[in-house]
Amino acid sequence: MTMQETLRDLQQRALPEIQQTEHPEALEALRVKYLGKKGELTAVLRQMGSLSAEERPAMGQLANQVREEVEKALQSAGEILRAAAQEKKLAAEALDVTLPGNAEGLGHMHPLTLVRRRIEDIFTGLGFQIADGPEVETDYYNFEALNIPEGHPARDTQDTLYFTDSLLLRTQTSGVQVRTMEKLGHDVRIICPGRVYRSDAVDATHSPMFHQIEGLVVGKGVSMADLRGILELFAREMFGENTRIRFRPHHFPFTEPSAEVDVSCFACGGKGCRLCKGEGWIEILGAGVVHPHVLRACNIDPDVYSGYAFGLGLERVVMCRYGIDDMRLLFENDVRFLSQF
Amino acid sequence: MKCSMEWLSEFVQANTDIKNYCDRMTMTGSKVEGFEKQGEDIVRVVAGHVVAIERHPDSDHLFICQVDVGEEAPVQIVTGAQNVHQGDWVPAALDGSTLPGGVKIKKGKLRGKESCGMLCSLGELGLTVHDYPYAIEDGIFILQEPCTAGQDIREVLHLNDTVVEFEITPNRPDCLSMIGLARETAASFGTQALIPTPKVQESERPIEELLQVKVEESSLCLRYSARVVTDVKIQPSPAWLRRRLAACGVRPINNLVDITNYVMLEYGQPMHAFDYACLSGGSICVRRARADEPFVTLDSQTRKLEDSMLVIADAEHASALAGIMGGENSEIKDSTTTVVFESACFNGPAVRQTARRLGMRTESSARFEKGLCPENTMPALERACQLVEMLGAGKVCKGVIDVYPAPVVPVQIPFRPARINELLGTDIDEAFMKEALTSLGFVLENGTVTAPIWRTDIEGDADLAEEVVRMYGYDRIPSSLGNTGVHQGGLNALQLFERKLEDTALALGFDQTLTYSFVAPGEADLLCLAENDPLRRCLRIINPLSEDTSVMRTSVLPSMLRSLSHNANHRNEAARLFEIGKVYLPKEDWTVQPDEQKLLCLGFYGKGDFFAMKGVVERIFEACRMEKITFCAVKDHPSFHPGRCAKALCGDSTVALFGQVHPRVAAQFGLDTETYYAELPVEELFRLRGAEPVYTQLPKFPAVTRDLAIVCDEATEAGSVLACIRKYGGAALEKAVLFDVYRGAQLGEGKKSLAYSLSLRNPDHTLTVEEADKLTAKILRGLSFDLNATLR
Repeated sequence: MTMQETLRDLQQRALPEIQQTEHPEALEALRVKYLGKKGELTAVLRQMGSLSAEERPAMGQLANQVREEVEKALQSAGEILRAAAQEKKLAAEALDVTLPGNAEGLGHMHPLTLVRRRIEDIFTGLGFQIADGPEVETDYYNFEALNIPEGHPARDTQDTLYFTDSLLLRTQTSGVQVRTMEKLGHDVRIICPGRVYRSDAVDATHSPMFHQIEGLVVGKGVSMADLRGILELFAREMFGENTRIRFRPHHFPFTEPSAEVDVSCFACGGKGCRLCKGEGWIEILGAGVVHPHVLRACNIDPDVYSGYAFGLGLERVVMCRYGIDDMRLLFENDVRFLSQF
Repeated sequence: MKCSMEWLSEFVQANTDIKNYCDRMTMTGSKVEGFEKQGEDIVRVVAGHVVAIERHPDSDHLFICQVDVGEEAPVQIVTGAQNVHQGDWVPAALDGSTLPGGVKIKKGKLRGKESCGMLCSLGELGLTVHDYPYAIEDGIFILQEPCTAGQDIREVLHLNDTVVEFEITPNRPDCLSMIGLARETAASFGTQALIPTPKVQESERPIEELLQVKVEESSLCLRYSARVVTDVKIQPSPAWLRRRLAACGVRPINNLVDITNYVMLEYGQPMHAFDYACLSGGSICVRRARADEPFVTLDSQTRKLEDSMLVIADAEHASALAGIMGGENSEIKDSTTTVVFESACFNGPAVRQTARRLGMRTESSARFEKGLCPENTMPALERACQLVEMLGAGKVCKGVIDVYPAPVVPVQIPFRPARINELLGTDIDEAFMKEALTSLGFVLENGTVTAPIWRTDIEGDADLAEEVVRMYGYDRIPSSLGNTGVHQGGLNALQLFERKLEDTALALGFDQTLTYSFVAPGEADLLCLAENDPLRRCLRIINPLSEDTSVMRTSVLPSMLRSLSHNANHRNEAARLFEIGKVYLPKEDWTVQPDEQKLLCLGFYGKGDFFAMKGVVERIFEACRMEKITFCAVKDHPSFHPGRCAKALCGDSTVALFGQVHPRVAAQFGLDTETYYAELPVEELFRLRGAEPVYTQLPKFPAVTRDLAIVCDEATEAGSVLACIRKYGGAALEKAVLFDVYRGAQLGEGKKSLAYSLSLRNPDHTLTVEEADKLTAKILRGLSFDLNATLR
C-alpha cells in the first residue's frame, strides 16, 4: 500500500468506528489508537522521511486532512455522548414537583393591623400625621377638655373603667387630639389610632377593649364641607371607587354640628343585602365640626380658627370587610383564624 | 322614645306616609330606629256574638259555641274556656286568621266537632290586663267595648296606632315628649304645631290651707311647683289614655299614676304624686338628706342616703328622692283621697350623681340628668290637673305653690350668617336660615337670635349652624378639599420602625396577635414571680367588668401564654405568635399616669427549640442593624427554664430576654409542651438601632481560610471562645463561624471540641501563608492562655 492508500484506509476505518462508539472511554481509546503518540497516523507520518521532497507537501496535506477529519469525528461523537450522558443524569434526577415546598412559612398580619395600616396609609397620603397618646388617661383629657364635664350624661354612654377618681382607661382616643392641639396649636392635621376601653361585657359585638381611629384637622376656614371632602376620598380609597357617603345629623359633645356618616354598602353597592341589613348603607363614622369649648380648652380662638374631627371603630370596619361575625375571634388569636389573613 | 302617632296627631299633622315621615325625621336630627303598626299581625279576627253555647258531648271541659260573626249564619267554634256565656261579645279568630307571633288559625275538628276558628284571650291578641283591667288573663276576653258582629277587632280595640321609636340624643331632652316631637315634626314638614294651653277649673278650697313648701337648696332645685287635689277617686284610667301609655311602652296602673306618666310623656316633665295623708305636718321641704338617713323607695328597697343627695321631705321624713323615685311611705294607694302633684326642676348633674351612687336609674332621673327647662313645670302641672278634672279623678284646690327664685332667661346670640356658612362650608342664603330658625321656635330681631326657652343646648354660632343645616339637609353639604395648603404627612421614625419590627416578625413566620391590656390579678403568681418582684406592682381598676380583667398587665408573657394555650387546647399542632403589646408600669405615685412601654413579644410551641428562638432574636437585631450584641445566660428568672434562658445586651442595655418558659409556668397556663418566649423592648431597640448603612468597598484580595477545632472545658461558653478568637484575631480576622460541636471519649471527661472556620484577610495585599499561620498561632496561644483551650 502506498502511503496515500494507507492514509485513506486509516480514515475509512476510523470514521465509522468512531461514530459507532457508545462509551467515552472507548472514544478515548480510538483517539489514542489513531491520533496518539504511538497511534497509526503518527506511524504513517514517521514514514514521511522516506518520501521525496516533491511528494512530501502533498502527502503532508493529505495527512493533515485525515487528522482533521478524525479529530472532527472524535469531537462530534464526544459531544453526542456527553449530551446523552447528561440527559440520562437529568432523567435520573427528576422530581415529583407536586411534593410540598419547604421554605419557612410567612406569618400573618392581624386583620386589625391590616386595616389600620391601610387607613393610616390613606391618610398619610392626604398629608396627615399619626399621633399617639397614653391609654391610661386623666379625667381632664378624656372628658373635661372634650366638653364632657362632671355630671354630663355622655359620661354614662361610655361606661368608664377607673383607677382613681381622676385616672382612667381612655374611652376614646380624643384625648390625643387635645394633647396635640396643646402642643401644635391651631395648625393640626392628624389621625390617632389606638386602643380604647369601655365597661362592656364580652359578646359577639362587644369587647371591653377595642380600637378607634380618630382624625382632627384645625386651621383657618376649615369647614364641614372639607370634612365631607376628606371622608369621601377616604371612603373611595378604602371601600372602592364607587363608594358614596351619607351624613346624618347626630350629637357628640365634642363636635357641633355633628354627624353620623354612612358609606354605601360595599357588599351590594347600595342595593340592600344581609351585610347592610337591607339599608344599602353601613354606619361607619362619627364626625363633626370641633366644638368651640374644645378649641377654647386648647387655647385656640374659635372665632378665628375652626376644625373638624371624625372617628371610627376599627373592629366594625374589619368585621364588615372580612365578614367576621364574632368580635371575640379578633382577640382569641387562634392560628386557624389568623392564618386566613 | 316611643311615639304614638295617634297621640302626636293631636298636635301636628305631617301629611305624609310613615316611611317618608321616618326618613325625614332622621335627616332632620330625630333619628328613627323603626316603627311598628299596631295590630298588623292580627288578620281576620272579628267581634263575635255568642248566640248559643252547649257542652261538647264527648268532653268534660270543651264547649261548642254558635257565634254570630256578621255572616249569614253563625259559625261554630269549639272553646276550652270556662268563662264564655250566651250573649257575650268575644274576639273570634276565623278560619285563615293570624295572631301576634305568627300564629295561624285553621278550621278543624275537636273531638269530632267542627270548629271554624278560635275565641281569643287577651294574651292571644298580644294584650294584658293592664290594657283592659275588666278582662281576665285566664280565659276568653269578654268584650265590653261597643261593637257589632263581624267588626274587625283592631277597630273595636283601637289597635290602629303606629308607634315610631326615636333615638333622641342626650342634648335634646325636650324631644323626649310628644310636644317636643310635634315641634320637630312641624319644622321638618313645614307645618304648624298647635300646643293647647291647659286650663284648670279649680275648687274653692285654697291650697295654702293644706300645703306649705320650703326649698332649702335652690341650687339643686331650680323650681318647685305643686298643686293639691282633694276628693280623689282612684280607678282605672279611660281606655284612650291607657292605650296611649301602652303604645309608648308605659304600663297603665291607675288614674292618678297614669296622669303623671301621661304628662311626662306629653310634656317631657317628670312628675310625682304624693299621698297627702302621709305627708306629716302638711308640709314639703326640699332639703339635703341627712348622712346615713335610711329611706325605702317605691320598689321596697331600703337605701342609705348621703348628705349630698336631695330629698323631698315632710316635717319628719324623706318622702321622695328628688327627681329619681318616690318613697314607699307616701305612695298612692287605692285608699288615697288627697294628692299632692309635684312638678319640679332639679339640677341635672346632682340627680345623675345621686342616681349613680345609689345604683338607680329611672325614667325620671334619665330625663333630669340631661338638664330640663324650669319653665316647663307649670304647663305640665296645669295639664295634669286638667286631666284630673277631665277624668273626674278629684277636685283641684285653688292656687298653685310655685317656688322659682331665679327664673331662667332665654339665650340670645348675635346672628352671623356668614360665620354659619363658614363653619358649614356652604352658601345658604340668609332668608333660608331665618326661616329654618323661626320654624324651630327661634326669634330673630335686630341681628339677634333668641333661642326658644326649652332649648337648653344652644350657646353659639356652632349650635345655630347645626339648626340651620339639619333643616337645610346634611346631604346638601358640598364636598370640598379645603384651601389649607400642602401638609407634611407620614409616619415618624418610631412608627416606621415599629412597622419594620412587625414585618420582620411576619417574615420569620410569626402570626400577629392582639391581647387585652388587662389581666387577672393572680398572673404574677402563675409566673412564679418572687414576692418582692417589681412586676407585682400593678394598676388596679376599681370598677372592673370581672376579676379576670381587673389589673393592668406589667408583663405580656401571661397574655402570650394564654394565646398559645388557646391554640394548644384547640389541637393546633404548632403556633408561632407575636404581638407588639404595652405594659403599664405604675410610678411611685399611684395617682399619676404609669409608664406605658411597648414590648415586642414572640412565642411558639410545637416546632423549634432554644436556638430557633435565639435565631429569631438575632434576625430581629439584624433588621434593626444592631451589631455588637452579646448574649449571656440567665439562670435565675423564675418564669424561665434555668438552663435555657438568655438575655441579649447592647452595651449596658438589655435588648432581649428569651428562652424556654419554665415548665411549671407553662403548666399553669395549660401548656404541656416546650414553649419558647422572647420579649424585646421596642423603644430601647429604636434608641439603639443602627444608623443608615455606609457602603464599604468589596475586598480586592482573597481571604485565607483556616479551620480550627478547639478543645476546652465543658463549662466554657462558646461565646467566650468566640470573643477570645476575635480578641487575638484582630482586624485581619474577618469572620469566625462555629460549624461543629463534638464531645467524645477521646477528648476526655468534661471536655468538648468547638470547630471554627476562620476567614483571614488583609485589605491591602493577599495574605501569605506565613502571615496566616502566624495569626492562627497567635489565636491558639491566646485561647490557651485565656481559656486553657487547646488545638484538637
